Amino acid sequence: PGAEKWLTNTFTQTCAVRPSRHSTFTHSTSATGYNMLTKHEKELIAKIWDKMIPVASDIGAECLLRMMTTFPGTKTYFAHLDIRPGSPHLRSHGKKIVLAIAECSKDISSMMVTLAPLQTLHAYKLRIDPCNFKLLCHCILVTLAAHMGDEFNPVAHAAMDKYLSAFAAVLAEKYR
Amino acid sequence: MVDWTDAERSAILGLWGKISVDEIGPQALARVLIVYPWTQRYFSSFGDVSTPAAIMGNPKVAAHGKVVCGALDKAVKNMGNILAIYKSLSETHANKLFVDPDNFRVLADVLTIVIAAKFGAAFTPEIQATWQKFMKVVVAAMGSRYF
Repeated sequence: PGAEKWLTNTFTQTCAVRPSRHSTFTHSTSATGYNMLTKHEKELIAKIWDKMIPVASDIGAECLLRMMTTFPGTKTYFAHLDIRPGSPHLRSHGKKIVLAIAECSKDISSMMVTLAPLQTLHAYKLRIDPCNFKLLCHCILVTLAAHMGDEFNPVAHAAMDKYLSAFAAVLAEKYR
Repeated sequence: MVDWTDAERSAILGLWGKISVDEIGPQALARVLIVYPWTQRYFSSFGDVSTPAAIMGNPKVAAHGKVVCGALDKAVKNMGNILAIYKSLSETHANKLFVDPDNFRVLADVLTIVIAAKFGAAFTPEIQATWQKFMKVVVAAMGSRYF
């Protein structure tokens, strides 16, 4: 009876701490940033992406260009677009990506809900091998560093790396 | 064997010529310890690494950062021979220091970000790609003696 009570209490506590609109066995706590990011880090991340919104095309195009130049294998996903530097396709595609990341950063705790449509898109339509997500994430960090200089300090870097890793992990959750 | 075009060689030499190992090395190592805290497992003798501020102010971290990045100089000066250059250093990391070779890739990525922060737009996508090709060879060489 003592063990039963402990089990019930623990179960109730777990459910109370992690309210989820999705079935628990697919829910990754770390992916939502509940445990990974402090309040200060979430604010920092939101602040940085807020500044990127007005220049989303520039930033997005640069991230993609950096990725495709350093990791030529990623070009295979863009055979249908003009990916030369300065191309309007790069800018519009880059803008979509930056705006999605920026939008999500406004409420990181709701990441699983916000990204549900993009999860479906990537899993069933785009089917980009998820190994590529970390390549783009790295180039996003390089782009942010190039634009922010010293302001992209180690604390900002750590927070941003965690956020982008969580974002990528959530994006891949419906793949199988 | 790795092929380097003249343009790649001059890009690497040009970039390295503008880099101060004493400045970049400590920053890169501190960032590795801050962004990937589990890497602190290799530095238990370094004293206080409990907070980002402690890491950034830690003299042992700074000194070691200079050593680690200083070793890149050998590769820059011997781009045609990087595998041979790092043979014994790779063996040391594998058999004496017991460092997971994935950490070489981690340091390379962080170093790239530190360089981007320093040079801004001058660290163009092309230069980044050449630099990352160079670091890929360095990382592979450092991992080459793990069996």
